[in-house]
Amino acid sequence: MEVTLNINGVEQSHDVEPRTLLVQFIRESAGLTGTNIGCDTSSCGACTVHLNGESIKSCTVLAAQVDGMEVTTIEGLAQSDGTLHPMQQAFHECHALQCGYCTPGMVMACVSLVEENQTLTEDEVREGLEGNLCRCTGYHNIVKAVLEVSEA
Amino acid sequence: MIPANFDYLRVDSVEGALEALQEHGDEAKLIAGGHSLLPLMKFRLSAPAYLVDINRLDDLKYVREENGSLVIGALTRHSDIEANSLVKKNAGLLASATHHVGDPQVRHRGTIGGAIAHGDPASDIPSALLALNATVVVTGPEGTRDIPIDDFFVGFLETDLKDDEMLTQIKVPSVPDAKWSFQKFNRRAQDWAIVGASVLVNNGQSGVSLVNMHSTPFRATAVEEAIASGANAKEASEQAAIGTEPTSDINASVEYRKHLARVLVKRGLEEAGL
Repeated sequence: MEVTLNINGVEQSHDVEPRTLLVQFIRESAGLTGTNIGCDTSSCGACTVHLNGESIKSCTVLAAQVDGMEVTTIEGLAQSDGTLHPMQQAFHECHALQCGYCTPGMVMACVSLVEENQTLTEDEVREGLEGNLCRCTGYHNIVKAVLEVSEA
Repeated sequence: MIPANFDYLRVDSVEGALEALQEHGDEAKLIAGGHSLLPLMKFRLSAPAYLVDINRLDDLKYVREENGSLVIGALTRHSDIEANSLVKKNAGLLASATHHVGDPQVRHRGTIGGAIAHGDPASDIPSALLALNATVVVTGPEGTRDIPIDDFFVGFLETDLKDDEMLTQIKVPSVPDAKWSFQKFNRRAQDWAIVGASVLVNNGQSGVSLVNMHSTPFRATAVEEAIASGANAKEASEQAAIGTEPTSDINASVEYRKHLARVLVKRGLEEAGL
């Protein structure tokens, strides 16, 4: 079936099987491999992208379900001249990553979290990131980065 | 992991969904947020021949007040319910239980109707709806029927929904003055409850129910009866495991789950002012 998505401002139509997952559409059909697949069971958050502005786990959504909608991936955050999104900049400055595997999903989850609540407490950040697993950082610097942006 | 092949049907009305269900019978499955169904399909534990996508039925996304009740459209997403001021004011227990479901990404997709129709005893939302004495509204070829929440869950992952019916609305009596508590015990924040408890106390009446303590979402009748006969929180909570049949798994033995049920009900009752 033909599925059309607006990914990072660009319309993309591809002929895919109905069972195609959104994350497959993003990685394989659209060729945007910044979005990672981790657990593939909606636990780890590595595949987090924005659907119409809200964070979702793209391993647990069919591309067909979101036909016609707007998707933002990690590639869509920075400006075209390379200026990083404030959350990416805060991750950079706070050293909020080590191996980097969880980072695309983590950043997308953090952006959505701050958009929904600009006055986050540290506890709210930690709870708000319950859907994203990081095995390197102990979360500490990720939480710092989010607080940096939400207080800015 | 990729689900088995299926035919994808997108419908834009309740009538369209019912027609698809009538045509394809038990070979068809409705998909809303898909956060219960898609994982099952990816593990190939479920392989419907037809997937009927009801996500575009915007008519089923609402929270309203009607005759002293909150009425909630079945397709209302968890994130919209937990943040809704009417729900927070009139059914705070439901807002709290909903906030405990999965994580923010899951709550952006999952729907209240889907969580109930899945009939999972480990789900947080059915327990809150039991304590709140909610009513489930289903629509079929012959019109709609109201099912008291106590009659809706009939077995493990089985509900009273027929193959040609869909869940369309949930009615929750407004209890703005009730005291309540939602207790969830798990190892990691996003996990399912090892055991959970919903407690609601309103004008001397109580609603107490348990998560993951039976083959279905479970009303702790013995606790409610003890409260009705004047028991305090400690005495009433000692009755919490009566009638339950929890399973034993990697997280907890049967005995430990029963212990947790008593502890969580006690904490809940105390938080609810008993």
